[in-house]
Amino acid sequence: MQMFPLEAKGARVRRRGKVLVGPVDLTLGGQGTSIIIGPNGAGKTTLLKMLHGIVRMNGGSLRWGCALEEAQKHQAFVFQTPVMLRRSVIDNIAYPLRLTGSSRRQARSRAADWAGRVGLGEILERQATMLSGGERQKLALARALVREPQVLFLDEPCAALDGRATREIEEILAHAAGSGTRLIMSTHNMGQARRLADEVIFVLQGRIHEFSPAAEFFAGPKTAQARAFLNGDIVE
Amino acid sequence: MSDLWAGLSQAFWLLVTLDADLVEITLRSLRVTLTALVIACAIALPLAAFLAVRRFRARRATIAVLNALMGLPPVVVGLIVYVFLSRAGPFGVFGLLFTPTAMIIAQVIIVVPLVASIAHQSLRELWSDYHDLLISMNATQMQRIKALLWDGRRALLTAALAGFGRAIGEVGAIMVVGGNIDHATRVLTTAIALETGKGEFAMALGLGFVLIALAIAVNLAIHWLGRTESEGRW
Repeated sequence: MQMFPLEAKGARVRRRGKVLVGPVDLTLGGQGTSIIIGPNGAGKTTLLKMLHGIVRMNGGSLRWGCALEEAQKHQAFVFQTPVMLRRSVIDNIAYPLRLTGSSRRQARSRAADWAGRVGLGEILERQATMLSGGERQKLALARALVREPQVLFLDEPCAALDGRATREIEEILAHAAGSGTRLIMSTHNMGQARRLADEVIFVLQGRIHEFSPAAEFFAGPKTAQARAFLNGDIVE
Repeated sequence: MSDLWAGLSQAFWLLVTLDADLVEITLRSLRVTLTALVIACAIALPLAAFLAVRRFRARRATIAVLNALMGLPPVVVGLIVYVFLSRAGPFGVFGLLFTPTAMIIAQVIIVVPLVASIAHQSLRELWSDYHDLLISMNATQMQRIKALLWDGRRALLTAALAGFGRAIGEVGAIMVVGGNIDHATRVLTTAIALETGKGEFAMALGLGFVLIALAIAVNLAIHWLGRTESEGRW
């Protein structure tokens, strides 16, 4: 199934009279990792959620390379603050499979496999809400990846993690990207953006200010705002 | 004060000797209340989850009405059920008036709004946590409701226990529709009312203590079964 290109034309999200995102014109291909960067409140999270389809648009269009229903089945989202279902680790990871009709045994078996891959294999039966921040994020990743999505959206997945946990998460992401999962991710961590990005989307005041290959962007941003942002200046 | 001691000793004596009447009344109280509670939960819990998950035009009004119905006067409920079940009423043909079934119907009507309102409060908070995740996972409406009911089961237990408390202590409605008939519809609360009316305060207090003990025992049993307070669980 050909999900890409993903095309947004004049897409916008407005809430209570305020434009949060848009108008956005963007075309994403099926390869690599796109990193969304920008200051706080720029609209990164809303843009991600809009592309994923969990935030209602107030104008414009968003088209996948296939039917929307099909596209929705092959996406997953990892939230900045991982939502833990009030279940065990293994049941959390198995849940997306149960939704698609897998038997409990089958789902738990695959979930156990994924838990092992992200380093949660020893705590399968622990309640998810008892996990540390890093473990929660790994669980959220395993739960997102267990259905082997073609596109994975990630909203600052390492925002509250220390260096070691960040490295572990990045390894999982690199492995997923290597297996063909298209990653679209927001981050505040410029080091992480440099390590993971194939292309960079710089967002400011709800609009895409710059969209270019990562090497090009980090070597010399085209806009003054992006240059200022990379230099660590305050950009509003 | 002497009545209180007499009541306590009466209660102790009734329990120790396993008084036949007491056992019969107690079992009937439990049967009526637990049956009503199960039926009420079967209606109220999915309703609460539905109201948490689904957005529709009359949602706010429905929640407001449900909350208002928590304070429904039991005697009025009993009266309405009486009218419906009496021989001249629309369901008179079933001959349910002055039977435990009529008492169950009245209790269900009283308990449903209470359980649904308390459950809705808990599930609404849970839904605000789960909202984005479940939508992101393409969970259907039914799957969302199931997830809320399963993951919120500890909180729902509290709602059910509140319903049990209301039902087991209910006297007005079941007196009207049950008639307090000996060996047929007499339960602990109506028996207490009867004994008080007769001036048998010791017996009434004895039955009261048994009722309190029963309510506490059922609460503890449900908590124990649900392992509500166990470490690391919900």
